[in-house]
Formats: sequence, structure tokens, C-alpha cells
Amino acid sequence: MVTRADSLNMKAGISKTLSPARRAQNTAAMVLIGLGTLIVLVPLFLILKDLFLKGFSSLNLQFFTQSQSEITFLGSAGGFLNAIVGSVMMLAVALVIGVIIGIGTAIFLTEYREHRLVPSVRLMGDVLTGMPAIVVGLVVYGLMVRGLGFGYSGIAGGLALGLIMIPVIVRATEEVLKLVPQTLREAGLALGLPRWKVIMSIVLPTARSGIITGIILAIARVSGEAAPLIFTAFGNSFLTWDPTQKMSGLPLAVYRSAFEPSEAAVARAWSGALVLVLAILVASLVARFAVRKR
Amino acid sequence: MNTDRPIRLQTENVGVFYGSKDAVRNVNVSFRSNTVNALIGPSGCGKTTFLRAINRMHELTPNTRVTGKILLDGQDVYASDVDPVDVRRRIGMVFQKPNPFPTMSIYDNVVAGLRLAGEKNKVKLDETVERSLRGAALWDEVKDRLKAVGSSLSGGQQQRLCIARALAVEPEILLMDEPTSALDPQSTQRIEDLMESLKQQTTIIIVTHNMQQASRVSDTTSFFLVGDLVEHGATEAVFQTPKDERTEAYITGRFG
Repeated sequence: MVTRADSLNMKAGISKTLSPARRAQNTAAMVLIGLGTLIVLVPLFLILKDLFLKGFSSLNLQFFTQSQSEITFLGSAGGFLNAIVGSVMMLAVALVIGVIIGIGTAIFLTEYREHRLVPSVRLMGDVLTGMPAIVVGLVVYGLMVRGLGFGYSGIAGGLALGLIMIPVIVRATEEVLKLVPQTLREAGLALGLPRWKVIMSIVLPTARSGIITGIILAIARVSGEAAPLIFTAFGNSFLTWDPTQKMSGLPLAVYRSAFEPSEAAVARAWSGALVLVLAILVASLVARFAVRKR
Repeated sequence: MNTDRPIRLQTENVGVFYGSKDAVRNVNVSFRSNTVNALIGPSGCGKTTFLRAINRMHELTPNTRVTGKILLDGQDVYASDVDPVDVRRRIGMVFQKPNPFPTMSIYDNVVAGLRLAGEKNKVKLDETVERSLRGAALWDEVKDRLKAVGSSLSGGQQQRLCIARALAVEPEILLMDEPTSALDPQSTQRIEDLMESLKQQTTIIIVTHNMQQASRVSDTTSFFLVGDLVEHGATEAVFQTPKDERTEAYITGRFG
């Protein structure tokens, strides 16, 4: 009988002349690797299975066209439009903050390596990476919502998400900027171009696709965050396009609905979770495709 | 040697330090206008280090220090009131490995120096592209696909593209750091032929490992050994009647 491991052995060019002990070892290693893969994949599939089964069953057009404020007393009607709009608005605010500060910091760290502030900036970036999301939310609450008297708002939520994005974008951008060959920078400088122009016109375009991938990763990372929104955007069952108002976000709406004593609300929470996951998936696929096309 | 030509670049006691280690010491040499000048010597002798000091390229590497004076038309390029950007504008450079900008077309590569410095006149840019590519003997091969990416060219073509890119800003001096070491013999031949015509418009200083190349293309030769300029003179003289026995040992192949 030819086992799967045997056929793999043959594919890998390991002939039958190998000693039985070696072949047994090889087979054992194969089994272990396969098992490891399985252990990683099984939970993912279980989560996705649950999500799709429970999420799809209550997903309907209403979910995208109505807000939570339109939910009737009996729990029928209503949807997550308020949360979807809120997520999009807050992610937009977060992107502006995260991209500008994140890419700027990464440029400083890689292109101005000799600057004496680089070690401390890098340390702060690392600290920010390990900062729990809810703490970031509390900081924004203390500084902006209470401190500046801004009150709960979409902008505060976006700021919290943006702060979480920064270290993710910094790290990813730094890695790709390091991959840009030094000879390209030298070629630009040798043409008599000032350093900033070399960075803007030669280094950044060369690293473009990697930077975009990093930004998508950052979006994926923060779009599922509920904790930092609790103290900042607070949540709002009414639809609003005004980021100075309280706002809901998908993860926040999912979190709150899941604890409501209504089956319809719990079902909506499942749908919200599914939409969130699909949106992130689609966004990363679209971005990846757009990057590859160039 | 064309002693009738004016001196374009002159160095006075130039030294280059990496940290506390001196890689180049007390180089006193002058290069005349519209000549090809070869820097030869074994690996690690400081010839590339010296070359990169001329257009202030070392400033990108932390802990590197250049001492002495490098006079371009009599003015020290390291003087405190001189902007390194201006220096590099006047002293172009071609590198060991072809390095066209990967995101730019052939056309954009050639005009990169001008366009990024603010030149927008389409007619001027078009003229520059043709003049520079002709100057680099690449025009006939690429004139029909100027919009193609630079990296789609062969290695030899890429290197000529890089030469065209450097020529586009009309440098007074063109530094070449082993420009043919990554190329096949045929491409090397083309670039060597090119140098002869390039010296009509600029002054070339070329680092090379290849002594035949130095003797073929250059008017003067400078021989470096562990950071010292051992001998400098007309190429014929250096190769046929070297004054220093170390030069003789090197060019006859006894070491290096």
C-alpha cells in the first residue's frame, strides 16, 4: 500500500533505497507537520463555519438599508446601516491619521537613520505596538472626550483607531523601505536631487505595493476593534454622517447586540460579524489585485 | 597627456576616514578637462572610496569623514557654503551595477534629474532624452519604446541608460565606479567606445579593476595601494615605464 507520506517521499526524490529508519523518520515528520497544519486550520474553519451558517440566515437587504433605531419592539425590522456607516467614517479618519503619521515615522526611522532621535522614536513605536486597544481608547477619552470637552464622537473613535494603526503601518513601511536598494537612493542623489525628493519620487514609489499592503493590514487590524470605540465613539443606534456626533461601528454594534435578550438582535450580531469579516476579505483582495496590476 | 587642457578637478591632501580608520590618505592629484582618467589598484585599495569623496557621496554613511580639499574649477566642494546637492549636480555618477529607477519608464529615467529639479518644458525634456540617449549610444535601440520600463532592458542597455540619465543633467565631471564589471564583453566594449566620445562633453574619472580597460580608454592612470596614491601619470607612461616598483609589480600581474 502506498501511503500519502510515501508518495510525498517519492515526489521529494527520496528513493526506496533509503534505510527503513530514515524513511520512518521522514514519515513521522510528515505526519507531525500535517497535524500541526490541521491544528491551525481547524479552529479557523470552525469559526468561519459558524459565522457563515448563523450570519447568512439572518442577513437580508434590511440589514444594509435600515439602522438599529428602526428595530421594532418585537425585534423585527432594523439593520446595521448606522454601524456600517460609522465604521466607514471612523476608518476614514483613522486612515488619515495612521497613514500620515505612520508613513512619516517610517521614513524618519529608515531614511534618517543617523538622527539622534531615531532610537527613542523606535522605542515609542514598539511600546505603542504592545498597547492594549482599550487603553488607547481610555487615553483618547481622557485627552479628547473629557480633556478637550469634545464629547463622544466619531472623530474621537477614528483617532483611537488611528493611534492603533500607526505602529502597524510604521512596522510594515519600515520593512519595505529597508528593501529598497541603497543604490537607488545613491543614483537619485548623484543626479543632484535633494534627499526629500529622492525619498518622495524614487524610494516611496518603489516601495509602493508593500506600503499599500501594510495599510490594508492595518485596516484589517483595527476594523474589528470594539474596545477603543466604547469610550470614544460610544455608539449610536441612529444613522449619522456627522463625525462630531456619537457613532456606532460594526464591532461595537456586534458586541452590544450579542448581549441583548432578543433572538433577532443576536442574529443581527452574527450577520454583523459576517459582514465585517467579508468586508475585510474583499478589501484585502481588491487592494492586492490593484497592487499586482501595476 | 593633454597638458594644454585646463585642470578641472584638483585634490589637496584628501583623506577619507571610516570612523578612526583611514581608508584613503593624502591624495594629491589633478584631472584635466575632457580627459578619461582611470583609478586602478587591488580590491580595498581605496579607489572607490576616493571616487565617492569627489561628489560627497560619503555623507550618506554615518561616521565617515573627508579631510583635505577637492577643488572643482578651483572651488572646494567641501567648503561650508557649498550645497552637496549642487556638487552632485555638477559631478555625475555611474555605478557598478546598473540601477535604473524601477518604477519609471526609459524616458522618465533619463529626465529624472531634470524633471525632479522642476523642469516641465516638454520640448526641452524631449530634446534632452534624445541627446542623452544618443550620447549613451542607446537611442537607436530604444527610440520606439521610450515608455517601456527601464528594467525591461538588458544589463548592458540598462547601464547605458544610467549613463544617459547621468548625462541628461550635463555634468562637468562623470564618475564611473567599475561601470562594466557586471557586464558581458560585448556590452563592455560598447561602453568603452562610448567613453571616447563622452570626453568631448565631460571629464571622466573611472574606477576599474581591469587594467586592459584602463590602458585602452584612459588618458591618465592613478594607481592606489592600501589607501595611498602610489603613482599618477599619463596612462602610457604608467603602463610602460612605471616609476614605482609596486606599480610595476601590479601591472605586470605579480599581485592584486
